[in-house]
Amino acid sequence: MSQSKIRNFSIIAHIDHGKSTLADRILEVTGAVSAREMREQILDSMELERERGITIKAQAVRVSWKGHRLNLIDTPGHVDFTYEVSRSLQACEGALLVVDAAQGIEAQTLANAYLAIENGLEIVPVVNKIDLPAAHPDGASIEIADLLGDDPARVVRISAKTGLNVADVLDAIVERVPPPAGDAGAPPRALVFDSSYDQYRGVVAFIRVVDGTFTRRDALATMATDTRFEAEELGFFSPTMTPVEQLSVGEVGYVITGLKDVSILRVGDTLTTVKRRAAAALPGYKEVKPMVFAGLFPTDSDQYPELRDALERLKLNDSALFYEPETSNALGFGFRCGFLGLLHMEIVRERLEREFDLDLLVTAPNVAYRVQDRNGEWIEVHNPSDFPREIEEVEEPYVKASIIVPKEYVGAVMELNNDRRGTFDHMEYLSPQRVHLTYELPLAEIVLDYYDQLKSRTRGYASFDYDMAGFKAGNLVRVDVLVAQEPVDALSLIVHRDFAYERGRLLVDKLREEIPRQMFDVAIQAAIGARVIARETVKARRKDVLAKCYGGDISRKRKLLEAQKKGKKRMKQVGSVEVPQEAFLAVLNIGQGNKS
Amino acid sequence: MHLPFCAHRCGYCDFVTATGREEQHAAYVDALLRELHEEHRGDPVDTIFLGGGTPTFTALPELLRLLAALPPARELTVEANPETVTPELARALRAAGVTRVSLGAQTFQAHLLATLERQATPDDVRAAFGHLRRAGFDNLSLDLIYGIPGQTPADLADDLAQALALEPEHISAYELEAKPGTRFTIAHGAELERQAEAMEDYFERVVETLTAAGYRWYETANFCRGDRRSEHNLGYWLGHDYLGIGVGAVSTVAGVRRRNTPKLAHYLAGRYDRELEPLDDETRARERVMLGLRLDEPLPLAGLRHALDPAGLARVEKLGLAEHDDDSLALTARGRFLGGAVTAELLA
Repeated sequence: MSQSKIRNFSIIAHIDHGKSTLADRILEVTGAVSAREMREQILDSMELERERGITIKAQAVRVSWKGHRLNLIDTPGHVDFTYEVSRSLQACEGALLVVDAAQGIEAQTLANAYLAIENGLEIVPVVNKIDLPAAHPDGASIEIADLLGDDPARVVRISAKTGLNVADVLDAIVERVPPPAGDAGAPPRALVFDSSYDQYRGVVAFIRVVDGTFTRRDALATMATDTRFEAEELGFFSPTMTPVEQLSVGEVGYVITGLKDVSILRVGDTLTTVKRRAAAALPGYKEVKPMVFAGLFPTDSDQYPELRDALERLKLNDSALFYEPETSNALGFGFRCGFLGLLHMEIVRERLEREFDLDLLVTAPNVAYRVQDRNGEWIEVHNPSDFPREIEEVEEPYVKASIIVPKEYVGAVMELNNDRRGTFDHMEYLSPQRVHLTYELPLAEIVLDYYDQLKSRTRGYASFDYDMAGFKAGNLVRVDVLVAQEPVDALSLIVHRDFAYERGRLLVDKLREEIPRQMFDVAIQAAIGARVIARETVKARRKDVLAKCYGGDISRKRKLLEAQKKGKKRMKQVGSVEVPQEAFLAVLNIGQGNKS
Repeated sequence: MHLPFCAHRCGYCDFVTATGREEQHAAYVDALLRELHEEHRGDPVDTIFLGGGTPTFTALPELLRLLAALPPARELTVEANPETVTPELARALRAAGVTRVSLGAQTFQAHLLATLERQATPDDVRAAFGHLRRAGFDNLSLDLIYGIPGQTPADLADDLAQALALEPEHISAYELEAKPGTRFTIAHGAELERQAEAMEDYFERVVETLTAAGYRWYETANFCRGDRRSEHNLGYWLGHDYLGIGVGAVSTVAGVRRRNTPKLAHYLAGRYDRELEPLDDETRARERVMLGLRLDEPLPLAGLRHALDPAGLARVEKLGLAEHDDDSLALTARGRFLGGAVTAELLA
């Protein structure tokens, strides 16, 4: 098909604004899927995505509309996956920006709209859910048109649920989104905008052909990592996998590579042929770096090998996941894992527990720190217990946070951000009622309970998004917790000096509640270096005897003692103190506030 | 020797008991003598303990018939409830060769006796004690219970003072053990929890008060004047063999523990339905440690070293809870208050 008849587009929307429903309706209206075959939200294939109403992995589906070939490239909706979103958008010439007619613009809508504009995409504004009683299609249309500098009359008003005006959306794509540019005769180049791992066929790369033509059996190479492989199969989704001999300029499809590891075929890399190698890679490839770290430990230490295998398998499909073995004196053997953000962490944890049936203990998350030691060397630290005690300087990651909130909650949001070491950046009214605030915040201040706090202080009305904004120097200290003079590595934390006393006190208080009384007084201390900043004591037990023991009772009492002995063996031994694992769990959770 | 009959079953009791059944007392004594005859082949007997139930609730002629048939022993103890002790009973027991009476006083507070569903009044306790003394008994023991629902520290102090005023040779002081799921526990749940929190203080007060009055804290829950320990119970704590006769009675003989049927009808019919528990050397050694460490005398270590965990021993010694030399192991005073936990730490 002629290049001029191709249209590549994405749908960007805030969670629950109807992206998946619209995608389903497009498949149905174009006849790609008959109503009978229609499975709700067909693009969201993973069980977890379904439950959370989010999409993790992008896919592309080819549909036909009035003599044109439309490729719908799905994008993940969440802030943690900004990089993946930007790669998906880079594969398109246009985007549908979908806004809920009752909710209006949200922080994520903004972030993704800016991303689309930066990528030079033609944006087709869509207001969805106009059939709802609470819908304000006019208000939402004005908001979205203001944002884009467009005419409110050009906003397509639909109900994806009922299918109303979905055909108008398709017509708008054909009319407004430009066909792909690109040189059919040039050496082949394609953008890898996503990949996934299939147990039988290896890595499957999702590609957008930018120049030239790729043919089955071609010897291919990636330009950033120079990974080489043969194109075992080329094809597209319709929405089932449909093999073809060739994928040409402007087309979107997949390549089956036979590779065994997604980490050597990175999203954002450029694919070319070995025989006719392109001169320059496409712009935009960057290595995604995990920013949030946490220790994952099996509750039952026998499950360590299973946890290792499970992480290996997840990593096959998730190149952003980072892990390395970690040994904790309190929690035993586990892994220090790095994530793109909190949602990514939650998803990995849930997949490990659900798909691999593991029982996990997850330490409080922390961010990556850049630390200059006394020798002037900069190192990156992922674990508070690796944080050097003697440091010259330390830098922590910052984010640019974008918050949209009804105007009556502006004060509450500002107060929260001030508490979290935020720096005010900008405020504007999106409408007389709604305000858009931007702040710079340390990532460390949002990884714990920021989102919960924001939601609770704005009665759920705030929407929030963030972008990484680089590292900045911070007045940070390492707080250690000592139980009976022994440091408990899993409880060490890095915190701003101003908050050190408060956090130390909180930890120590909680531990005093959780550590059972022993046969001796147990001192619990929080310390910065050698300086103790908080202290509590778990007083020794004064009585632990079997009340009475005579001839008829000896067997039963012996069994009681043996059970007591066994119970001791299940405890984690921190120095001379027996601490039940649940105590660590409770303490690790305090940083996360009242997370429900 | 177990005599299960009682006038009333107290809510907290977990022994094998039967209320009333006067018509079965004679048959039961017959059954006891039959079992005794089968099991006791003339070996010398050191001590005998008639426990219950309420042995003194048994029809007196039957109780005396039983006592007359017992082999000679250097200590013969009978348990008694205060309200059953009349001057006649006291004299009859004395005449029958009983050397020691253990009186189930439990408390001197009327409202707490009612909570425990005891039949006696505080006056009954004092009167019973007087009858026994006047009958010539010079070795009397009082049982006390602490941690009773509704009990206050002042109540306990008064119980201890009243017990001491009677100058018994021996006092047993137990914390109330309320078994989960029993009528008593269900009725007093919340209050029992409150009492459990006070148990540390109670235990310390009991030991302090009785030792200050000159009693020897010779076993976790037992105190005596001079050398008037319970010789019979000492046998359990020193790991000696014992023969249990009666319904639900437990014996440990030659490395086997066994329990008779707890069903009275079966026992009367001579069906013992014995539950056997062979005790290997390791188990016996563990029991020796568990029981021996309840006493105030050092535990001889000969033959027991393999039952101990050297690391655990080092830990408790470092904490000042135990001391050992080449031949023996002893708990310190603080160690004895934590005897259960220390033992769990010490066992291999």
